[in-house]
Amino acid sequence: MSAVIHPEAEYAAFVAQGRLMLQQVRGTGEHIFYPRVAQPGTGRADLEWVEASGDGVLYSYTVTRNRPPAEDYVIALVDLAEGVRMMSRVVDCDLADLRIGMALRARPGEVDGVPAILFAPAEGPTA
Amino acid sequence: MSTFPRGATAIVGAAVTGIDSKPGFSAMELLARAALLALADAGLTPADVDGVFSTLPEDPFSAMSVPEYLGIRPRVVDSTRTGGSGFQVQAQWAALALDAGLCDVALICYGSNQRSGAGGLVRSGGTPFPYEANFKPRNPTTSYALATQRHMHQYGTTREHLAEVAVAARKWAQLNPDAFSRDDLTIADVLGARMVSDPLTVRDCCLVTDGAAAVVMTRADRARDLPNKPVYLLGAADATWHRNISALDDLTVTAASEAAPRAFAQAGVSPSDIDVVELYDAFTINTILFLEDMGFCPKGEGGRFVADGAIAPGGRLAVNTNGGGLSCAHPGMYGLFTMVEAATQLRGQAGDRQVAGARLALSHGNGGVLSSQAVTIWGTEDCL
Repeated sequence: MSAVIHPEAEYAAFVAQGRLMLQQVRGTGEHIFYPRVAQPGTGRADLEWVEASGDGVLYSYTVTRNRPPAEDYVIALVDLAEGVRMMSRVVDCDLADLRIGMALRARPGEVDGVPAILFAPAEGPTA
Repeated sequence: MSTFPRGATAIVGAAVTGIDSKPGFSAMELLARAALLALADAGLTPADVDGVFSTLPEDPFSAMSVPEYLGIRPRVVDSTRTGGSGFQVQAQWAALALDAGLCDVALICYGSNQRSGAGGLVRSGGTPFPYEANFKPRNPTTSYALATQRHMHQYGTTREHLAEVAVAARKWAQLNPDAFSRDDLTIADVLGARMVSDPLTVRDCCLVTDGAAAVVMTRADRARDLPNKPVYLLGAADATWHRNISALDDLTVTAASEAAPRAFAQAGVSPSDIDVVELYDAFTINTILFLEDMGFCPKGEGGRFVADGAIAPGGRLAVNTNGGGLSCAHPGMYGLFTMVEAATQLRGQAGDRQVAGARLALSHGNGGVLSSQAVTIWGTEDCL
């Protein structure tokens, strides 16, 4: 892919396609999230988009409680295998089964009709 | 090497007002009432002020509107927006400006009518974060809940520990006639309250009140000619590590762990010297995190440190003696209230909640979602 010049717009377009993409620094292989015009700290701008593995671990979570009929939902911080952290929601998981450190897997979905990258337990929901 | 002007400036007037949320005042009107009370307390008038450090939640141009409203033509203005810590940051810059002779009388002031006003919660959160807004985090609560969950996971902190913080704050509030919430509150009440964002119940969250606060600062030489016992600024430092909670490396360690040692070094004192700790308790986890980060107990021990009423009246450490953001007031940004309470304690004017013989007080501000951390250390004349 050519030089990244519109990180926010391009990321949104990837999400709309159901893809979780990260930026990678060409010279070092480090990953960056959230997408920026340059690597934080170094200012390096030799960035390219790469497909994330989709593997992650639950760093922390909270159940956002709502008055019915609105449903509760889980906001999570997920540490991706690539070494970056992102906020998302955990779906298809009983609240009682949520554990910090559990393996998660990214999957395309939506929140209130808007495309989003969500996470579910890596082994799938318990039977 | 820091050359902070230790003891060169002092609070000479301080006031809070409007916590009782009587409808009918705008945020500016509440701010102006607090400013005038603080100036009268100092024996001064708006005409004496030449440095204005102002914050209004919904007015990005308060550096102009507040001086206009009060009839001041300042030589120095500032309206730092680091959320609830902005006031401690302003005290730092006010001290430097006063010490440099850029201004002679600095007014730090804030007002909000977020409870009685029509709009509900003040929208002072800035622009939505494009990579997270879609998930509908309910900030700031979501971010603090994430930090709480992580602290519980790493250190065995319990919901009972969190509840101890809320109950201690309430017991202090019951000694403060200005506090908003003064009904009895038990550990069981907190644990049984409506869950808002696990593991935080509504009683783990700060109040939503109106309120305004102001302090007046001058150089030490002039302070001694004014009516009140000066409250000297001995150290002030802030640190900013992130804006969004996802960008904080370890959710159990905040930038207060960087700011506090700098402030203590400037003041030449250590945590064990502090008589009164006024910290920014927007949520119960804050008190635990900040006591750890500022060195009052080891990292991870905050929950056990606050247990058994240890920070309540009569406990081992006087924390948030006005009742804090949890039980006294939380008008959107609370930081200036910790500074007024620190001054009130060091002046020996805190009534039933007075900590006997208080000489050194810490006033802390927290902004954003554990993002900006600012620490100020104040002392009486015999600490100079």
